[in-house]
Amino acid sequence: MIDEQTVSRRNFLKTSALTSAVFSLGFYWPGSGKAAKIVNAAEANNFGVEMNSWVHIDKSGKVTIFDHRAEMGQGSYQAVPQIVAEELEVNLNEISVVFAQGDAKKYGNQVTGGSSTVRGSYKNLLKLSATAREMLIQAGATKWGVPKIECHAEAGHVIHKPSGKRMHYGELVEAASKLEAPKDVVLKKRADYKLIGKPLRRLDTPMKTNGTAVFGLDKMIPGMLYAAVERNPRLRGKVKSFDDSRTRLIPGVKNVFKVKMGVFNTYREGVAVVADSTWAAIQGKKALKVEWDDTGFEHLDSEEIYKRQAEALKTQEGLAFKKQGEPNEIIAKATKKIDVTYETPYQYHAAMEPLNCVAHYQEDKLEIWGPIQAPEWVQDYISKEMSISKEKVIVNMTFLGGGFGRKAFMDYPHEAAVISKEIKGPVQVVWTREDDATQGPFRPGITYRCEGVIKDGEIDAFKVKLAGQNNSHWRGGKKDVPNGSASEGFLKPYTDSIKNLAIMDIPFETPIPTMWWRSVYASTNGFAYESFLDELAHEAGKDPLDFRRAYLKEDRLQKLIDKIEEVSGWKSRKKGEGFGVAITECFSSTVAQVVKVSKLETGGVKVDKVWAVMDCGWYVNPDTIKAQIEGSVVMALGAATIHQVKFKDGMAVDNNFSTYQMPRIADIPPIDIHIMDNDADAGGVGEPGLPPFAPALTNAIFDLTGKRVRKLPFSLLGV
Amino acid sequence: MAKITLNINKKEYPLEADPQMPLLWAIRDLAGLKGTKYGCGVAQCGACVVHLDGEAVRSCVTKVSRAVGKQVVTIEGLSETNSHPVQKAWQEIDVPQCGYCHSGQIMSAVVLLREKPNPTDQDIDDAMAGNICRCGTYLRIRAAIHLAADEQKKAAPQG
Ligand code: FES
Ligand code: FES
Repeated sequence: MIDEQTVSRRNFLKTSALTSAVFSLGFYWPGSGKAAKIVNAAEANNFGVEMNSWVHIDKSGKVTIFDHRAEMGQGSYQAVPQIVAEELEVNLNEISVVFAQGDAKKYGNQVTGGSSTVRGSYKNLLKLSATAREMLIQAGATKWGVPKIECHAEAGHVIHKPSGKRMHYGELVEAASKLEAPKDVVLKKRADYKLIGKPLRRLDTPMKTNGTAVFGLDKMIPGMLYAAVERNPRLRGKVKSFDDSRTRLIPGVKNVFKVKMGVFNTYREGVAVVADSTWAAIQGKKALKVEWDDTGFEHLDSEEIYKRQAEALKTQEGLAFKKQGEPNEIIAKATKKIDVTYETPYQYHAAMEPLNCVAHYQEDKLEIWGPIQAPEWVQDYISKEMSISKEKVIVNMTFLGGGFGRKAFMDYPHEAAVISKEIKGPVQVVWTREDDATQGPFRPGITYRCEGVIKDGEIDAFKVKLAGQNNSHWRGGKKDVPNGSASEGFLKPYTDSIKNLAIMDIPFETPIPTMWWRSVYASTNGFAYESFLDELAHEAGKDPLDFRRAYLKEDRLQKLIDKIEEVSGWKSRKKGEGFGVAITECFSSTVAQVVKVSKLETGGVKVDKVWAVMDCGWYVNPDTIKAQIEGSVVMALGAATIHQVKFKDGMAVDNNFSTYQMPRIADIPPIDIHIMDNDADAGGVGEPGLPPFAPALTNAIFDLTGKRVRKLPFSLLGV
Repeated sequence: MAKITLNINKKEYPLEADPQMPLLWAIRDLAGLKGTKYGCGVAQCGACVVHLDGEAVRSCVTKVSRAVGKQVVTIEGLSETNSHPVQKAWQEIDVPQCGYCHSGQIMSAVVLLREKPNPTDQDIDDAMAGNICRCGTYLRIRAAIHLAADEQKKAAPQG
């Protein structure tokens, strides 16, 4: 790899001899931790790196943007062009978007997770687009022999105001491509934005209303066969033997063999059925008889998992994630204390598009197409597992029919690659809904023990212990250190300002593979911490929102609290009317939600309305943010009131929507969403709307009924 | 295996298929029309809804033999230019997130609006109950159906 010094010694001017039919600008990452450099194609060539062309303008003026992130509904396909169009001064509808291939060297971190698409790249994208604009203006000025300062760009043209001359970008790309990228371009002020911050329509919507958007499952390549795989139902483990005699009788079935794929540090085996249609492959899979070898895999039931968590919370102190003051001493001496336990379930991602992947293994390369959240991880992993050099593993992202974390994993592309290699041809591996629902990895279920003491209306001691699987353990994370996300979701000012506080993590393991699920630990922590705060507020005899306000002194948080108070009519509510509030933070965005519930005549409660206020700092498209919060609330409603992955004998029990029921249209309350305006750095948008819903809901139920819900999921009708 | 001919979106597709094969897989894998989606395979999610002689059916549990001699319409055949009032309303309100469920959502909504040109919220809840959206676009689906109903009314001849 070329270091920065080498780069700076290079003579850029030499490259001007290169002619290029197009003008491309991209980034060059000099090394990890170093700032990205903006380079044009010629410079990239000079560095000996391949051009990553994030923005590409051809002679007709057509602008192509390479979206380095997956589009799984969260709006990267819209956000990235909206950012680029703003500083490049082109019309949004003149831009076409192409998904970039997985390549960390070219695109940096491409993992679409942690709500990071915009917040991780917008500064670079703004700068890159502004740089391209300035180079085009310079090219125009030079052509006309006028000072650059007299020229400006607008709607894909460079304009010289004094003479009224104008030129289309397409006419200037050749000249611009020979210029050196200027170092310090001036970015627009937020007040001058024409596109950013506006609720513009999404570019991908039309493709999603006429069936033309190509999802992973829709990918077809010539000669492609279809495969379905019967995998070990105990999530990992081996195939002892199998009988495929009935499978081979099914018309269309071509091949049956054993496959294995990586699941973190272990493998899962299965039997693949390759056929000429998805249906034949699925029929063939159903007709298999397989004997499994589960040696070393404990056959756990859900009850047992939670019994062990409860036991651990009673008997163990755990590892200190954060400890200050004397919480234990105060709790031990207190005459009155709160000591309660919150329980959260394992969750299934349940993206509408089940897992699938197309692979084509050839002599000299392996090409993958699929709904993939982490293309460069797939490239890396398959390259290692199958001993193919990295450049020869080409990973293409399609649209994703939902991801929620599950599609940032390598098992399904790896398995497809192995099957393609075996049959020496292209194949699409289709996971049935049953496969998708039962194979994990799942979000871990965590139990929390919360102890607290109130003195003079304030928190005197605050202690949370958690027992649940730590996702990082599957990735080789250290087991003698506490979970680094033990308080994810809980606002930092609390842990800073509560004098006597302990957050303890009790290491807990099961053989069930676990991984992130939309908003990760904040999705369970949020419920425990924010319910517990509500209990403390009631114990202190304070209004739950005022109680929080006293601890959250930062200006942004005060404004957020004022806003949720105002829009939800919090102050004019009557006590016991069924209002609850919760505020959580994750991925650098804070969301406050108020939920209003009422009693049903037939018993139970219903959700009347949700108010949400999001503070995500700088943002691109308010309508996308609203959509993400709407979706987060719906997903959280399912997680709070319906969903739990139940295990019996080491296997996930529910295998389809018939028993793992989804919220439906009639279940959704009105959701009133507001976004804070400020100049803070951009935060995440896709996940932070989820964690506050469950606690706001159960806090509202407490307000209405006096009953405290401490275990998820619970039935609204059973309250 | 049997030789059958399907009429999909007014076009004839001569196919060779197991008559037991669900219409979904015949449309997707044999006719190569990938707009109709697989979500559950057991009539629970509505991702696979197509029109069979104008009726909304779940193609994942409809045998391909049942479609022979009938008119099948899929999302690709709903309009030539993505301009059916329901498609337009979906675009206007930016309903889709991931978009995977929306072929089925739109096909269900079209039948609802034909049968009930002025649907109430209750009508929408009833007609759309069979369509899951994991991304949670339900509120926008409701708004878009109302919008499409209004547009249909405006477009209808007066009198
Ligand atoms: S795929 Fe047919 S209803 Fe789900
Ligand atoms: S938009 Fe993703 S499932 Fe409906």
